[in-house]
Amino acid sequence: MQTVKMVITGPFNAGKTSFIRSVSEIDVVSTERKISSKAERVKETTTVAMDFGRITVDDALVLYLFGTPGQKRFDFMWEILSEGMLGFVVIVDSARPETFREAMGILHTFRAYAPTPYVVAANKQDMKDSWSVDDLRIALKLSDDIKMLPCVASDKESVKKVLLELLYSILEEMDAKQGA
Amino acid sequence: MAIKGHLRDFSVAQLFNLINLAQKSGTLTLDAADQAAWVSFRAGKLIYAQLGEEDGTIMHILVKAGRLTDRQAKMITTHSSSKGDKEMGLYLINADYLTQKDILATLRSHILDIVFQLFTWTDGFFRFDPNVLPPEDRITVHMDLENLIIEGSRRVQEWDHLDDEIPNLEMALKFVDRPGADIQNVKLNPKEWEVVSYVDPKNSIKQIAKAVKLNDLEIRRIVYGLLQAGLIEIVRPESMPQPAHAPRIRPLDERVQATLIDRIIDRIRSL
Ligand SMILES: Nc1nc2c(ncn2[C@@H]2O[C@H](COP(=O)(O)OP(=O)(O)OP(=O)(O)O)[C@@H](O)[C@H]2O)c(=O)[nH]1
Ligand SMILES: [Mg+2]
Repeated sequence: MQTVKMVITGPFNAGKTSFIRSVSEIDVVSTERKISSKAERVKETTTVAMDFGRITVDDALVLYLFGTPGQKRFDFMWEILSEGMLGFVVIVDSARPETFREAMGILHTFRAYAPTPYVVAANKQDMKDSWSVDDLRIALKLSDDIKMLPCVASDKESVKKVLLELLYSILEEMDAKQGA
Repeated sequence: MAIKGHLRDFSVAQLFNLINLAQKSGTLTLDAADQAAWVSFRAGKLIYAQLGEEDGTIMHILVKAGRLTDRQAKMITTHSSSKGDKEMGLYLINADYLTQKDILATLRSHILDIVFQLFTWTDGFFRFDPNVLPPEDRITVHMDLENLIIEGSRRVQEWDHLDDEIPNLEMALKFVDRPGADIQNVKLNPKEWEVVSYVDPKNSIKQIAKAVKLNDLEIRRIVYGLLQAGLIEIVRPESMPQPAHAPRIRPLDERVQATLIDRIIDRIRSL
């Protein structure tokens, strides 16, 4: 049995756990915990170590989705999680500009760990205050060649689309490498 | 879809950059603790600005700028039946008080004064309402944002987030190839020109700073202005090696791997 993994990252509360939950065939093994610090209590629980979802591809192949913890003090987990990944998804809460700067920081950090393909998911597009994908691209200073997709993490079709785009990018990169 | 938030998280320079690059039309409202302002744009150009508490009529602006005296203004207002700024402007021109050029130049500098002031606002909320434009009767101008952003960035006082915006001075700079982004049309000061002359994917920001004798803060400030004006972008310098930890994808034979990805794609499609 072969296993491969992808990493789902992004700032605190961006929707990483929801994203994995939408497509995982097992209940997401989430290391969530009640939030104690007042500042971060926009919701009840947060991921403290990682999320862990699974998609069985066939008899011989399993894909794992790892979600990073969103809070800054768990940074040390990132490098461990990135080890050997096929690619990663950066989830951004499109309705909270106060998280954009951090999202950019996370993006740069992950890019430094491994130059693997990635896509950016502009999440919570169903919310009234969400920024459009085009505006987010400028706000996050992402050049046109970086794939950015609208996303609603609770919607399975939307999550599938993001994962597929990442997989297409991985294929493209392999083609490019082979051509070179 | 909305663009709103706090100026701490997204600065006036960044907002102007967004409006410029996305060529937006509409009105940006800034709400600080003790003052408010409206700035309007058409297709990414500045057309109007007003401070919250201020009388924004053309008569008031001309008096404030000393182009008309209080007495003249009073007389004109009582004698003319027209209400709107455009009609008032025509009246002033026809009655030989001022030329169209005078009026527009005064208005332009009034609007710029307001806008440059906004670059110093760091505390407050912003909201952009697409397609909301100033009342029809107002006289509007038409100004490129690039120069404005660079000039405005020079006036920024607080640089709390500069390190976040430009974290790594080992990176290099490159001119963007965006239509309309022409460095030749921008008014730069000599130091900025010096920096610009070194923009090249071969030179790291640090090397540029050394060459033109600027410290880290000074070089970051100039780079920030040029970045927000959409004239340059940060790139990995040609000489920089790939990160030490090389790609960690399992060293599979490439053909096998492509089929592996195909299998995952098929599976996810079927979910
Ligand atoms: N409306 C809307 N709400 C969403 C969406 N995605 C996530 N949420 C909500 O946003 C909140 C955060 O979602 P999580 O999935 O816990 O986010 P996370 O990134 O795992 O958060 P941490 O682990 O704490 O960093 C929850 O209340 C979700 O229900 C979305 O696409 N639309
Ligand atoms: Mg989580």
